[in-house]
Amino acid sequence: MSNPQQLRYTKEHEWLSTAEDGVATVGITEFAANALGDVVYAQLPAVGDTVTAGETCGELESTKSVSDLYSPVTGEVVASNQDVVDDPSLVNSAPFEGGWLFKVRVAGEPEELLSADEYTAFSAG
Amino acid sequence: MSTAPRLTALDALHRSLGATMTDFAGWDMPLRYASERDEHVAVRTKAGLFDLSHMGEITVTGPQAVDLLDFALVGNISTVGNGRARYTMICQEDGGILDDLIVYRLAETEYMVVANASNAQIVLDALVARSGGFDAEVRDDRDAYALIAVQGPESPGILKSITDADLDGLKYYAGLPGTVAGVPALIARTGYTGEDGFELFLKPEHAEGVWKALTEAGEGVGLIPCGLSCRDTLRLEAGMPLYGHELTTALTPFDAGLGRVVKFEKPGDFVGRKALEAAAERAETAPPRKLVGLIAEGRRVPRAGFSVVKDGVVIGEVTSGAPSPTLGRPIAIAYVDAAHAAPGTEGVGVDIRGTHEPYEVVALPFYKRQK
Repeated sequence: MSNPQQLRYTKEHEWLSTAEDGVATVGITEFAANALGDVVYAQLPAVGDTVTAGETCGELESTKSVSDLYSPVTGEVVASNQDVVDDPSLVNSAPFEGGWLFKVRVAGEPEELLSADEYTAFSAG
Repeated sequence: MSTAPRLTALDALHRSLGATMTDFAGWDMPLRYASERDEHVAVRTKAGLFDLSHMGEITVTGPQAVDLLDFALVGNISTVGNGRARYTMICQEDGGILDDLIVYRLAETEYMVVANASNAQIVLDALVARSGGFDAEVRDDRDAYALIAVQGPESPGILKSITDADLDGLKYYAGLPGTVAGVPALIARTGYTGEDGFELFLKPEHAEGVWKALTEAGEGVGLIPCGLSCRDTLRLEAGMPLYGHELTTALTPFDAGLGRVVKFEKPGDFVGRKALEAAAERAETAPPRKLVGLIAEGRRVPRAGFSVVKDGVVIGEVTSGAPSPTLGRPIAIAYVDAAHAAPGTEGVGVDIRGTHEPYEVVALPFYKRQK
């Protein structure tokens, strides 16, 4: 699997896109999706919620487990992916694309995010 | 004692197939190969191939083998015909369940007891301890067998193409020796999925060849390799108990709603008889809790240990829970106070991380195959 170069990553296995007009997209990595197994339920932050970098903002549930979703960035949620709520398997089939989770109007520069290469090394270790 | 997980004879093959492995009862076993949901659906609609070599085989032989089993187990093993199998349990003196088992009668005076991996040593020790005074031998055959299961509606056709055995004459819960892909195997029509299927007990050195032959034979009809994750959701939908979840030493077969496996009418004493007679009476007159099915109205998944609640009061506990691929909703098995255990009981929920999610109480099983 390959982690897109243009994204940045957390050690909790979320990815964050580069902000466009101040809005960045958040999802989980293919590595995380594979580790979870089939995602069957996604509880995402609602539009208007404030999320804080490093804090939980939702949960992803798979056949065998439930995982907290951490926000990689602080800001206001401006969109959450209804397609994933309706069909959580999108997180498995397209974690970097159609399986995105929510969009945030970034209030503060996130710290300690990993580059694609750094994350690849981290998740392999 | 080494703590390194044990590997089955198919270990290298699982890794070459890209399996996600998991530690299960001291064994490194395939959890899933790709999507556990797809694996589940394959077994329900086509066929799935499982490595179950972690299961514990114990052979009991000798002129009094059957007498030993009638004494040591709660079932009436004397009534098991040659070439047939029986689901049964082994209990403590106090009636608590040590394990649930399948006993295969392989020959006139030869039986194979198949125990759960997590309990195989306990069952072996108990059988040895209970064998005093019987002219019978208890043999640890855990390393003598690999176990491959092929399960699902296409499994008879798949197996038929690589065996000379008379599968049409092989009934559910029967087993016969035969040849599969050119090697000797004990072919049993048993399983833990709620589907038709077979379990093949083989020499470990033959496992890889048979696995590959089954894979090839099933290629055109949708057979895929399946891991323990879907095995768990398959058995859960079929309402089958799992030791350590629905069955424990703190519960008798009657508590688990499986009193039918206890055969008081068999001649002679058996371990646990007295305690089980009391348990049977208790279950009849004043059952403390009953095993029920729960179906979610929402999508959050109940897990083992979660509380079952009604009007803010705890009325039971979930023993197994998972998203059900067949029902499309989360399901659970739970022990619930008898007063609230009737199907359709209103206002029952499961406490999922602090939120009381509504659940419907139903009778088990959730799924029954159309025959």
